[in-house]
Amino acid sequence: MKALIDVKKCTICGVCAEVCPFGAIIVGETRVDVTDECTLCGMCVDTCEFGAISLPEVGTGPVADAEQYRGVWVFAEWREGAVHKVSHELLGAGRRLADKRGVELAAILLGHKLDAKLSDELIAHGADRVYVVDHPSLTHFTDEAYADVLVHLIRQKRPEILLAGATSIGRSFIPRVAASLKTGLTADCTELDISEEGLLLQTRPAFGGNVMATIICPHGRPQMATVRPKVMRPDCQPGRQGRVENVEPPAGIFRNRVEVLEVIPEKDQTAKLTEADVIITGGRGLRKAENFAMIEELAQLIKGAVGASRGAVEEGWIAPTHQVGQTGRTVAPTLYMAVGVSGAIQHVVGMQGSKIIVAVNKDADAPIFDVASCGVVADLFEFVPAFVRRLKQEQGE
Amino acid sequence: MHIAVCIKQVPDTKNVRIDPNTHTLVRQGVESIINPFDLFAVEAALQIKDQTQAKVTVLTMGPPQAEEALREVLSRGVDEAVLLSDRAFAGADTWATSVTVAAAIRKLGDVDLVLCGKQAIDGDTAQVGPEVATLLDVPHATFAKKIEVLDNPFLKVTRQTDDGVEVWKIPMPTLITVIKEVGEPRLPSLRHKMRAKKAQVPVWGIADLGLDSDDVGLSGSFTQVVRVFSPPRRGDQFLIKGTIDEQVEQLYRYLKEAKVPGI
Repeated sequence: MKALIDVKKCTICGVCAEVCPFGAIIVGETRVDVTDECTLCGMCVDTCEFGAISLPEVGTGPVADAEQYRGVWVFAEWREGAVHKVSHELLGAGRRLADKRGVELAAILLGHKLDAKLSDELIAHGADRVYVVDHPSLTHFTDEAYADVLVHLIRQKRPEILLAGATSIGRSFIPRVAASLKTGLTADCTELDISEEGLLLQTRPAFGGNVMATIICPHGRPQMATVRPKVMRPDCQPGRQGRVENVEPPAGIFRNRVEVLEVIPEKDQTAKLTEADVIITGGRGLRKAENFAMIEELAQLIKGAVGASRGAVEEGWIAPTHQVGQTGRTVAPTLYMAVGVSGAIQHVVGMQGSKIIVAVNKDADAPIFDVASCGVVADLFEFVPAFVRRLKQEQGE
Repeated sequence: MHIAVCIKQVPDTKNVRIDPNTHTLVRQGVESIINPFDLFAVEAALQIKDQTQAKVTVLTMGPPQAEEALREVLSRGVDEAVLLSDRAFAGADTWATSVTVAAAIRKLGDVDLVLCGKQAIDGDTAQVGPEVATLLDVPHATFAKKIEVLDNPFLKVTRQTDDGVEVWKIPMPTLITVIKEVGEPRLPSLRHKMRAKKAQVPVWGIADLGLDSDDVGLSGSFTQVVRVFSPPRRGDQFLIKGTIDEQVEQLYRYLKEAKVPGI
């Protein structure tokens, strides 16, 4: 199967062939052809100003009983006895979707010996109902146990939409839930909405963030998406009313094939990149390991995390857990400050979702300036110490 | 022990950049590479092979030219390679891809361990690994930085999470997705290159996998792209000029006005 071209609408302008990442569109004298190289990525569809290109439709489904699936669910994550920020954000997004659909918003809380205040917190952030499953087998996260319980709940209660954070937990076990339920899943969404037909519109970056794609799941239920942390807005209303329901997991549901031997929390707070509001990243421009101290000092002053380019990690200047980019972490802080980072595409795809990007580099032609909101062309060895002095002066030292 | 490694051929992002004026994708040539995370998975498999004489079979689903990717990993020392290729596979979402890959692993028969990269750099979904594990009804562990072989059938897996590190004991058969820290991929050797050149790479299509065309590709998919568009342009971009002190002052004021936490 390949992209479909409506010959009546096509003007043979050739714009589609230029954007095709696979070279699958051949522009001839009298017609445009799509070759077998086509992967149905959809890049060409939106570039055609004549609306001549479409993709064939997915075939799986339809679910006969789609109408019986009602309600929006958010999988609530917690860490060390507190609700994870991404769950607050998801409840904010979920609330808007539930209101548009005129349905209930529920949060799902799995764990063992959970504090009742977690449920109150979820309700304050928008949940009408919290389903709590408390069981020793849920003490530590393991994919199979979490997935099997969530699948059981979904089969029982039938929500139409399920959202989870695109965290190391959500990205790991939510695909297991989707596959068990035989439904679609869209990863790493940055925008969610409801279509005129009442379907969940899931928008996510594709091709390393160079394009955005909106995806639907017309036939599978629930419609499932993981959502990037720090994208959706939380809304807290203390005193909001909701119901808490404890659900007993059915006997024999836990197969416990995996044993958690050890959980070692990251001690280095500056390596917690995915949660950080501010990240200061150092690149090869720092020239040697000792100079990373400058980045660390700056990060510490503004309570930020420390990032690193692949180059800096490969030089052995800093641990790989700090790496941002394609083979490292994807981050989206309020401020991302890249110091001495050239800005290779592999780095940019990991940080371009940041709200403010500041680049400090003495090479005015460095590609990092193409994505920076604010560019500082300067020698970092002069600029960073001066900036640190300015911050210290403000902080009254 | 029999290890199956799933790899994917992806467009080389080095050749992809954004045109700063039109903000569209600029493609220079259409080169393909093996997804970098999948090379880490191949390396993890070869490390286990070094210790245990395990047999390593690599699978990929893709167009006929994906055979190049398989020959490359054969030249790095894997034992066998299978290409899953059929026009019916085109347009597969992660579910339809997982159905195809799981069917191929079942056809291999005696697989103890499936290794995958953490995610592919073109789609970035990280979904196919866990979905294949589900279809095979085996437990899985993601984001592994270290895999140790314990007494049969157990493996000790060290996972990197957002919050630290976890150590799991997991029984085979199982599926594990790996990250960079499992080890730098070894280079092709001359001996294996010679072997890779001559190796037979079987091609399995839907009939070989016992699947129906409705199970795979776009027909077997749940998710559908309805719109593709350029991301909204970043707000005003500007350069800060002047002496170092002036640059410092301007940046400080800009961040202060933007209410950046900590400034």
